[in-house]
Amino acid sequence: MSFLQFAWDWLKSSSQWSGPDGIPIRVLQHLGYTALSVLIAAVIALPIGLLIGHYRRGGFAAVNVANVWRAIPTLGLLILMVVLLGFSALTWLIPLVVLAIPPILVNTYEGVAGVDEDLKDAARGMGMTQWQVLWKVELPVAIPLIMLGLRTSAIFVVATATIAAEIGLGGLGRYIIDGLASNNYGEVAGGAVVIVVLALAVQVIFVGLRRLVVPTGLREQARASR
Amino acid sequence: MEWSWIPQNWTAIWQYTLDNALLGLIPPVIGLLISVPAGIACVLWGWLYPPVLSLSSAIYALPSLALFVVLIDYTGLGNLTVIIPLALFSLCILIPTVVDGLRSVPDSVRQAATAMGFTQVRRLVQVELPLAVPVIIAGMRVAVVSSISLASVGQLIGVSSLGYFFIDGFQRDFPTEIYVGLALTIALALVCDLILVTLRAVLTPWSRGRQRDSSRAVAAVAVGTEA
Amino acid sequence: MSLSSLTLKRGAALGLAVSASLALAACGSSSPSKSSNPLSGSASKTVVIGSANFPENELLAEIYSLALSAKGVKVTDKFNIGSREVYYPEIKKGAVTIIPEYNGALLTTSVDTTSTAASTSAVDAALKADLPSTLEILNPSSAQDKDSVTVTQAYATAHHLTSIAQLKPLESSITFGGPPEFQTRTDGLIGLKKYYGLTFKKFEALDESGPITLAALVDGKVQAADVFTTTPQIITDHLVSLADPKNNFAAQNVLPLVYKPAMTSTIVSTLNAISAKLTTAALLQMDKAVILDHANYSTVAEGFLKAEGLPS
Repeated sequence: MSFLQFAWDWLKSSSQWSGPDGIPIRVLQHLGYTALSVLIAAVIALPIGLLIGHYRRGGFAAVNVANVWRAIPTLGLLILMVVLLGFSALTWLIPLVVLAIPPILVNTYEGVAGVDEDLKDAARGMGMTQWQVLWKVELPVAIPLIMLGLRTSAIFVVATATIAAEIGLGGLGRYIIDGLASNNYGEVAGGAVVIVVLALAVQVIFVGLRRLVVPTGLREQARASR
Repeated sequence: MEWSWIPQNWTAIWQYTLDNALLGLIPPVIGLLISVPAGIACVLWGWLYPPVLSLSSAIYALPSLALFVVLIDYTGLGNLTVIIPLALFSLCILIPTVVDGLRSVPDSVRQAATAMGFTQVRRLVQVELPLAVPVIIAGMRVAVVSSISLASVGQLIGVSSLGYFFIDGFQRDFPTEIYVGLALTIALALVCDLILVTLRAVLTPWSRGRQRDSSRAVAAVAVGTEA
Repeated sequence: MSLSSLTLKRGAALGLAVSASLALAACGSSSPSKSSNPLSGSASKTVVIGSANFPENELLAEIYSLALSAKGVKVTDKFNIGSREVYYPEIKKGAVTIIPEYNGALLTTSVDTTSTAASTSAVDAALKADLPSTLEILNPSSAQDKDSVTVTQAYATAHHLTSIAQLKPLESSITFGGPPEFQTRTDGLIGLKKYYGLTFKKFEALDESGPITLAALVDGKVQAADVFTTTPQIITDHLVSLADPKNNFAAQNVLPLVYKPAMTSTIVSTLNAISAKLTTAALLQMDKAVILDHANYSTVAEGFLKAEGLPS
């Protein structure tokens, strides 16, 4: 039986779709962990990224720090949190937020720092203050990259939140951990499929968001230069 | 933190570090060997790229643990079960990297090469590829660091890595092991990162002065492919 | 030679050298071992000792490993594979040669789910009759590590509990914690319902009698849990394992499960000698040392072997 066959058989069974262990509840749990983590990461990383991008200081350091940050093994961090904090909301939140920060930080920095000098000169020439330049010129131009960072971050977290099940958490990772423990490949395969579908759905949501948020002029420009 | 535990267990610590290094380095190398020709193909035949990109996004979203478990039936409990998925993930990072690197070569250079008589393929391989090296190495840095970190998840199916210290430290309520595991994983990633940075300097002496370009490259790779 | 082709050549040469050495290294590497051999699906000259993913089992595997090495057998350690559902297919085909097992659990989870054998001799006889032809069990030790239904001392005192049967009136207020597979194992929730008529309010998937389960029990997240009887925290966390008069949890003697084609008389006699000296008390002591005192698995294993005059 192939991986997909296993997954299909498991997904077909209606018992998977109801009850506290059902797919809808687990999807909601998983989305909840993801949304909260990315939100907090954005609150931390966006301002920092905007500032260092605007002042063009510390960019090199930020990018390299972000790369090292990625080296932190999520499983290890998760386990460390359990040992230090016991089982609380912070236990899974901190590692997922830590994972979510680098893409947002790096993209925001790159987006803002990459704004054309001419544009900024023109803005200053029109009498805008530093704040206004940042807010009215740099931020809108940087939005495509910032959105990309948020999207990448969300996808990382969706995939990684599965490991949280290892420390007894809910979410879609439960299907993988529980399926692994009882040699129920259907559960493992089905769980994996649901996670991929969720990740793809998140991508689609962000594409939609992009349409809403990115100024039309920029979108057209990007399309033309391909 | 029981410091005395470290010298007492030096052999085991070293062995697990080596195991993790192997699991962290082999997949990106495999990924590179496949992604260079694949990336070149995507540039030569542009219609290939969008489906390849979508496929690699989908694969990248697969949880590593699920892939490991599914492979046990086919590749058993050895290193291969971890190496194959990690190589796949590296591919997902590196193919877009190669494509972006090739596409980032300035038009003027391409035109000059064509004027000098290079055919499209020769131009890609002999001119654009070397110029894309900084971007490709930036991609390798991301792939290597990710692989080193993800390898620890393999411990959940018994494939040896520094992840052993997380699991054992957890089961025995022994934070020392966990701290050592974390520190060594990060240190290993840093060392490999440094080696790659040095490699870039050696391979592309012409770009040594331009720090900003390389940090852009790292950023571009680190975050996605639409930049 | 142009600069770009020089770069390519340098890069290619470096790449080949790196790949080649990595490939060679990967073929030869494994976890801390006395010799290295890639796992294969058929019996090989090297004996592969596996273990499940909890400390006591790793300890037992370490004991087997040290003793066999001392007797000149080439061993490779492959510890922490996972739960029985993961490693059983591997030992059946010989990818793993020896693994420390618990006869009762082995019987009811992987060999004959309908078996009702409860005593050591009955369980061993059933195993000998029904194990696949490639597998066999060696002599059982007197040490037993059983699943149990465990509660906190406080809970037991408050409800006057000494046996699982007394849980019936409380069942609708009990959230039961155990490893994920407890829901499907025949001696898990199924057995508790069959022998004691118990249906709990809720089941929480935790871990193999590890830190998650113990924390859940102590914190009151679950009122009863599956805790193994040689778990040292039973003493330090003030827990009580309830009596099992109907023998839902069959005998669980520690014994080696082995891949028959790879057995030699040296291996068999060494492992049997270990089993002869392994008692529950000794095992509990070693578990305490390894889990609570953070002693090294190999140090504790060696200590046991030396104290009992076994090869080390």
